[in-house]
Amino acid sequence: MSTATSSSWGTALVNISPYTFSAIGIAVSIGVSVLGAAWGIYITGSSLIGAAIKAPRITSKNLISVIFCEAVAIYGVIVAIILQTKLESVPSSQIYAAESLRAGYAIFASGLIVGFANLVCGLCVGIIGSSCALSDAQNSSLFVKILVIEIFGSALGLFGVIVGIIMSAQATWPTKV
Amino acid sequence: MYGFEAMTFNIHGGYLEAIVRGHRAGLLTTADYNNLCQCESLDDIKMHLSATEYGPYLQNEPSPLHTTTIVEKCTLKLVDDYKHMLCQATEPLSTFLEYITYGHMIDNVVLIVTGTLHERDVQELLEKCHPLGMFDSIATLAVAQNMRELYRLVLVDTPLAPYFSECITSEDLDDMNIEIMRNTLYKAYLEDFYRFCEKLGGATAEIMSDLLAFEADRRAVNITINSIGTELTRDDRRKLYSNFGLLYPYGHEELAVCEDIDQVRAVMEKYPPYQSIFAKLSYGESQMLDKAFYEEEVKRLCLAFEQQFHYAVFFAYMRLREQEIRNLMWISECVAQNQKSRVHDSVVFIF
Repeated sequence: MSTATSSSWGTALVNISPYTFSAIGIAVSIGVSVLGAAWGIYITGSSLIGAAIKAPRITSKNLISVIFCEAVAIYGVIVAIILQTKLESVPSSQIYAAESLRAGYAIFASGLIVGFANLVCGLCVGIIGSSCALSDAQNSSLFVKILVIEIFGSALGLFGVIVGIIMSAQATWPTKV
Repeated sequence: MYGFEAMTFNIHGGYLEAIVRGHRAGLLTTADYNNLCQCESLDDIKMHLSATEYGPYLQNEPSPLHTTTIVEKCTLKLVDDYKHMLCQATEPLSTFLEYITYGHMIDNVVLIVTGTLHERDVQELLEKCHPLGMFDSIATLAVAQNMRELYRLVLVDTPLAPYFSECITSEDLDDMNIEIMRNTLYKAYLEDFYRFCEKLGGATAEIMSDLLAFEADRRAVNITINSIGTELTRDDRRKLYSNFGLLYPYGHEELAVCEDIDQVRAVMEKYPPYQSIFAKLSYGESQMLDKAFYEEEVKRLCLAFEQQFHYAVFFAYMRLREQEIRNLMWISECVAQNQKSRVHDSVVFIF
């Protein structure tokens, strides 16, 4: 325990173990990404099923939208695995050292970035996928054009993953003295 | 919150919205109508329709066909589509879908009461009723002698009950009262539907209020024109206009005192959306007014499909199908009576 005598929010935050922050970061990274992916898949899926009744030809092509949403969950899993390999144990005298706190915060931030970027990306791709299925059912030349919009949407998740991985590279725990 | 419906609409409404858009793709196009208009007989019409979505419904009809059979079978398709959607729907979509049929219920009630007044057989009248507006105790309407009995015996158990509070009297039913009853009920129904859509909020409220306002204004104009020269007083006429719409309240003040069609035209030309409708008619002519209103309505209904994640597409689809059935009836009648030159007088193309 660090010897803190004053009571303020700053002191409270600094006295939370960096492992707590890391664990929350990893949980958010996978949990919220999967939430985004699931949200996107149900939005696309319900429209796709209904539209495919009158226009069965759209089913195979429009599964691409579902795959784009699923990719978002995979990003979350990959980053969660990367983050958990960054966890190292430090001796108890070092837990609240500045280096440890920095590593903990880096993992936390990385997880948050990836989780929320994938949440909105999944949502975005899902809504576009739903519109894509309905438009394709009416006019099949629209499919490829709307797919381009979806590709731009799925790039949002990639941005999150890239920044998350760069952040997690910062997570160096102090070496054992 | 308007704008964020895309995130949660598909939980309950996504499947049905996709289905109704699939149905919309099956509406007859201009090319279909051109083929139908060139038919020589009702059997040709049946042959052309067999290639469309009406095929399975008309297939087993023996020749010689009647126009009423064609219309009845096409209406059956609409009813099947509607029932399929209604049984899949959850609240609030199921209430919304039920609201769409109350107009037909009102028409059926008035049909049976009028028919009974003119001493027609109840079974014959029941066959003429619109299938979307049927309810369980409809046959007992023939028993009622005045409006109070009508309400107490039959209508208090139907969804139309709340609309009756304004028009219960103990006067005996006659032709004039029945028309007033129909319009009062319809006014109450439109206002109720409008309030319901406002409560739903979002894109549904915005699009439905435009469509219902147009409906209210159109009914106001029709009531005005139909009551010119009858004994309906100005106050009674004002009471039949709905409390919303572009014409409310100043347009209604002016319409209430109109005594001929040119005065109605003068009132309506002050409102830009209706000015374009009335500009198409030459002076003194009112036969084309119905068609002009239908064309404007079809234009607005098609626009409802431009937005996703709202309920107005269901309303729009039902109305477009009804318009299509009206078109088919007109074409069949023209073909059956050998008046094909008049076919284009009343057909409104949807696409």
